[in-house]
Amino acid sequence: MKGRQARAPHHRAGIGAILLLVLGSLAAVAGCSPRPNKNAPRHITYWEKWTGFEAEAMDAIIADFNARETARAKSDPNYAPIEVEKVTISKLEQKLLIAIAGGNPPDLAGNYSFCVAAYADNGALTDLGPMLKRAGFDRSRYIDHYMQLGEYRGKTWALPLVPASTALLLNKRLLEEAGLDPERPPTTIEELDAYAEQLTRWEVTLPSGEKQIRTGYLPAVPSEQKRLLQAGFLPGEPSWWLYGYGDYFGGRLLASPETVSAADPANVRGFDWVASYSKKLGIGVIKRFRSGFGNSSSPQSAFLSGKVAMVMQGVWMHNYIEKYAPGLQWSAAPFPYPAGYPELAGTTHAEADVLMIPKGSAHPEEAFAFMQYVSTQPVLEKLCLAQQKFTPLKDVSEQFWHDHPHPYIRLFRELGTSKNAVAIPQTGIWNEYNRELGNAVDLIQNLTEPPARALADVQTKMQIALDRNREILARRAAQ
Amino acid sequence: MSPVARTNLRNGLLFCLPWLIGLSVFLIYPLCAAFYYSLCDYSVLLPPVFIGFDNYLDLAGDPLFWKSLRNTAYFATGSVTLGLVVSLTLALLLNSKVRGVGVYRTIFFLPSLMPVVAGSILWMWMYNGQSGLINTALRSIGIDGPAWLGDPTWSKPAIVIMAVWGAGNAMVVYLAGLQDVPTSLYEAALIDGAGFFQRLIHVTIPMISPVIYFNVVLSIISGFQAFTQAFIMTGSTGAPERSTLFYVLNLYNVGFQDLRMGYASAMAWVLFVIILLLTFAATKLSKRWVTYDR
Repeated sequence: MKGRQARAPHHRAGIGAILLLVLGSLAAVAGCSPRPNKNAPRHITYWEKWTGFEAEAMDAIIADFNARETARAKSDPNYAPIEVEKVTISKLEQKLLIAIAGGNPPDLAGNYSFCVAAYADNGALTDLGPMLKRAGFDRSRYIDHYMQLGEYRGKTWALPLVPASTALLLNKRLLEEAGLDPERPPTTIEELDAYAEQLTRWEVTLPSGEKQIRTGYLPAVPSEQKRLLQAGFLPGEPSWWLYGYGDYFGGRLLASPETVSAADPANVRGFDWVASYSKKLGIGVIKRFRSGFGNSSSPQSAFLSGKVAMVMQGVWMHNYIEKYAPGLQWSAAPFPYPAGYPELAGTTHAEADVLMIPKGSAHPEEAFAFMQYVSTQPVLEKLCLAQQKFTPLKDVSEQFWHDHPHPYIRLFRELGTSKNAVAIPQTGIWNEYNRELGNAVDLIQNLTEPPARALADVQTKMQIALDRNREILARRAAQ
Repeated sequence: MSPVARTNLRNGLLFCLPWLIGLSVFLIYPLCAAFYYSLCDYSVLLPPVFIGFDNYLDLAGDPLFWKSLRNTAYFATGSVTLGLVVSLTLALLLNSKVRGVGVYRTIFFLPSLMPVVAGSILWMWMYNGQSGLINTALRSIGIDGPAWLGDPTWSKPAIVIMAVWGAGNAMVVYLAGLQDVPTSLYEAALIDGAGFFQRLIHVTIPMISPVIYFNVVLSIISGFQAFTQAFIMTGSTGAPERSTLFYVLNLYNVGFQDLRMGYASAMAWVLFVIILLLTFAATKLSKRWVTYDR
């Protein structure tokens, strides 16, 4: 007992010391904030989703901007320069929302255009309108389609940065081998189908054990006697735009912001066409054939390895060809339209990277200053050239075309300005809609359900989801 | 209260405090907060709006909720049963006194040390329809294997088989249990003329029944929380044809992709209650066959 009493003061001293340590370290952390200095650089963080050559392109722009700011601060001692710091974030489209919700977002973010609606619906973005107005921003400098990608419910939430579009890419050597004119790409879907048939090659094992190379779909040969060597076209390769095949047939996923139109007859025609490839080639055949492919940015990709002769791909594919299959003889053409519907020519999936200022950004004005810098023609051209894409602006300098390494850049840009340029519908439920369509495409490609039924099911479910979303928005607005 | 008792109480509480803080901050608070949010429309970004039990009512009519629940029940049942049989068999085999048994034990335990993400990527290659190890092996005996993860009929069994690969953890627990069985019982059984299976059924299994019970409960809990395998191998849509859309994967989609955190919280609470009920049922049932007495 005595001993215990004697030790008690030590205990207390120990606890006191720990408390002091904790308080001391807290005070130290709090004291870390810099002393205000009117010339101290204004540091802003920018979240970037790209790695690789696209990220390097942005690095160069940021370095230019920071250097310009430093120079300005040197000449004007009263000016506090803006300093942009880039942070690369994987799965940015999801993590950014969590960061905004947590109250600790970056000052500026480069995101995908299809995120704008959901972000705006959740109040995650700063309305750029007032700042654009103050800066005398001229909207008409931009290609209308790309500008619209950042606009939603009558407000501007994001500015297009680097746009993209899709086209049909053809392997010229394989076309030549199949006796097709590589300089004459298919213009209609029917022609594409005919080309694809001629470009489909199998290794057939005869009953004698002898092996033969044959062309076409060979419906009479049982699947265990044939092995697919090369496909002319596969709708699911790559799988990124499977939701959008209805677009090429004149269908749209939303008839209006309030109406889901997944089961529109034009969409059904599009997906009937997708299903026709499963019927012609065989579901198991396609699955086994596809499981041998690497991803699109690898030498084992379907197109780069010559396993699929024609693919729908984006403007960026040129870079991968240069890197992974430099000898590939290829060409690009507008994706074909269904015969009898020439008004659908030039249909393309046209999305863009966009710059947005998250809600809660600590330095919205500084972030906007950087946005403004990037939106000037020379800077955008430098960025888009380094990313090997075209610019979202209407005016293009001769130098840009001259310096551009992409042999089909004018085609991709022309498609981007086409009246049939289609983007992912601007709706807050896109993630859900996309997953639902993904499942429908699975059912359609596996021939589990006919397209009309699968799409009708999507339409019913997503109309419910859209109505629910509107109800939620109305309830929030009423709060 | 005497001064000693008071000091003891204070010291005891102080020592418990880290755990108490952890329990309340990381368990009780999130549980209560999730329950509150489950009664709200909550997008994380905007303040929650109270809507009563609407989320729970919506769940009842949500086909994806039921589909993901069925998928998860399939996976949990498959992985618990198969895992039990495989890990117990392995433990019995590795409990024998053969030379180098330590090496065998290590070999069978090793896969469970592999992180799930790395393991999933490895199994994706094993299951590759064209050049995967499994289909290559099947082809050599004249069987044309399916596209496994690409085929709605085979995708779930494929993920169940993969789960058994990590049976090492359970195996080690069973081994510990087996080594705890008094040899005197086996000797007595041998004198009575019991064969291998009779000893297994009448001595070994009853003696390690508490360990089996423990492992089964843990596997049910982890089975219902299956997420990573499907997320890595078949994507967040649970392709093909949603055959691998597990409950937690669905919850993740709703919560983190669609930002319907209130609905996701309701889903989390339903899962909590399901696991609670299953554990309770296992405890009730265990009274009939788990032997704690020696």
